[in-house]
Amino acid sequence: MCSFAVLVLVSGACGSESDPETASSATGGEVVVFAAASLTDAFGEVGEAFMTANPDVEVTFSFAASSSLVAQILEGAPADVYASADRDNMAALADAGAGAGEPVVFANNLSEIIVAPGNPLGITDVGDLADPELVLVVCAPQVPCGTYATDIFDRAGADITPDSFETNVKAVVTKVTLGEADAGIVYATDVRAAGPAAAGVEIPDDLNVIAEYPMVTTNGASNPAGAQAFIDFTVGLTGQAILAEYGFTAP
Amino acid sequence: MTARSPSARRMRTRSERVGRERLPLPALVLAVIAVAFFALPFIGLLWRAPWSTVHEVLGRESVRTALRLSLQTSLSAAAVAVVFGVPLAWMLARIDFPGRGFVRALCTLSMVLPPVVGGVALFASFGRRGLFGRYLDQWFDFRLPFTTTGVIVAQVFVSMPFLVLTVEAALRQMDRRHDDAARTLGASRWYVFSRVTLPTIRPALIAGIVLAWARALGEFGATITFAGNFPGETQTMPLATYLALETDPDEAIILALILITISFAVLVGLRDRWLGGSGSVTT
Repeated sequence: MCSFAVLVLVSGACGSESDPETASSATGGEVVVFAAASLTDAFGEVGEAFMTANPDVEVTFSFAASSSLVAQILEGAPADVYASADRDNMAALADAGAGAGEPVVFANNLSEIIVAPGNPLGITDVGDLADPELVLVVCAPQVPCGTYATDIFDRAGADITPDSFETNVKAVVTKVTLGEADAGIVYATDVRAAGPAAAGVEIPDDLNVIAEYPMVTTNGASNPAGAQAFIDFTVGLTGQAILAEYGFTAP
Repeated sequence: MTARSPSARRMRTRSERVGRERLPLPALVLAVIAVAFFALPFIGLLWRAPWSTVHEVLGRESVRTALRLSLQTSLSAAAVAVVFGVPLAWMLARIDFPGRGFVRALCTLSMVLPPVVGGVALFASFGRRGLFGRYLDQWFDFRLPFTTTGVIVAQVFVSMPFLVLTVEAALRQMDRRHDDAARTLGASRWYVFSRVTLPTIRPALIAGIVLAWARALGEFGATITFAGNFPGETQTMPLATYLALETDPDEAIILALILITISFAVLVGLRDRWLGGSGSVTT
């Protein structure tokens, strides 16, 4: 009955209450959250806070490229919540009839140029990435961070050829922090998460693309009440404060 | 040329005896289940395959590029594996030196390494900031990561052990009296190795080459970590397949089937042609 209610109604009729910070007593069990790789660190902490507020609920995460996660969910992976790094993959999920209700945008992110600590090559703008001597890695166009990179290069009007198209954003970070690549295009949050192992060069607003992160309860959720509680918590005060700490901006 | 030699005739009678052998029923049932276990995933792929678009996908330039690169790199990797792997196998089989077990384990470690770890290990050694790679970069301005050569290095790293183990086992099993006889007749070490030893172990050598080549053809983890993913340079078929899965699962299935067809054709073809000619018994 509960799952049926979530299927039909757009939001929160099941297991919701006036205070989104704590779920109702009806909420319990396990909530499986499939989330974009760029959310790894922030959602880890959101999950901790959620479980502290709701001791009966156990949150489990699976982090991968947004597009991989859609493929996994469509193949029957047991996800209760799907959080994407872009609208396209969320639309792909909805088109396949695997999303329950209307997705909620819970965070925004900007792209940034990631470079070695101290920016030894003195990269200051997107145009600098056109240097053929520079080893540049970006995400593959098949994943969201790659489409953003392509858009940014197009807007900059520079002839930029990357040396590799990585399968997810963390692979780009790794290649720069290992020193194998000189620069990459990642999310501002990834630069922050890399800490002292990398530095960031901001991309001006006129070139940048705002990445919108939507999340939704999946159609096949085995714990739709718990899923909705987690979504409410993420868009609530505590969730938003944690996301801001990790460099996400409010939607 | 020597099909009528006594040894060939002996082989055939032995084959016939094997052909008549009956498995106990429980073993037969288990064997059939094992066959089904291997066959079903491929049947599943064939069942899922979007046959109507096969022609269109095959015609895509991106697919042809990835296929060409895959064949080029995997054949190069197999060649490198032969050049270095056969002497290595020969050393492990014939020379009794302290720490031989350790060296053997070391040279086959990459078989059990999680593939992505293999890639990170290659970065740590041959990368631009790696233990040796930094000197290649500083002194020769030569870099392996994100290059086609890097793909071949990654493939050799994971595939050569298959050749080494196969050839070493054959060298241990072969009758060394032929070698000794040739030596007493005055043949040089190299002559004995190339004219007596190698021809004797030819079936195992071919099997080792095919195994190493097939492993190189399917290599994914170390390649995508160490060599990256760039169409025409480092994007081999397995990488293209993985990325296609992100957006177009139909294309991914077709790419996988192309790879499977090539490998299967070679494995079946070589088995019948080179490995003892036992096709009439096995099929």
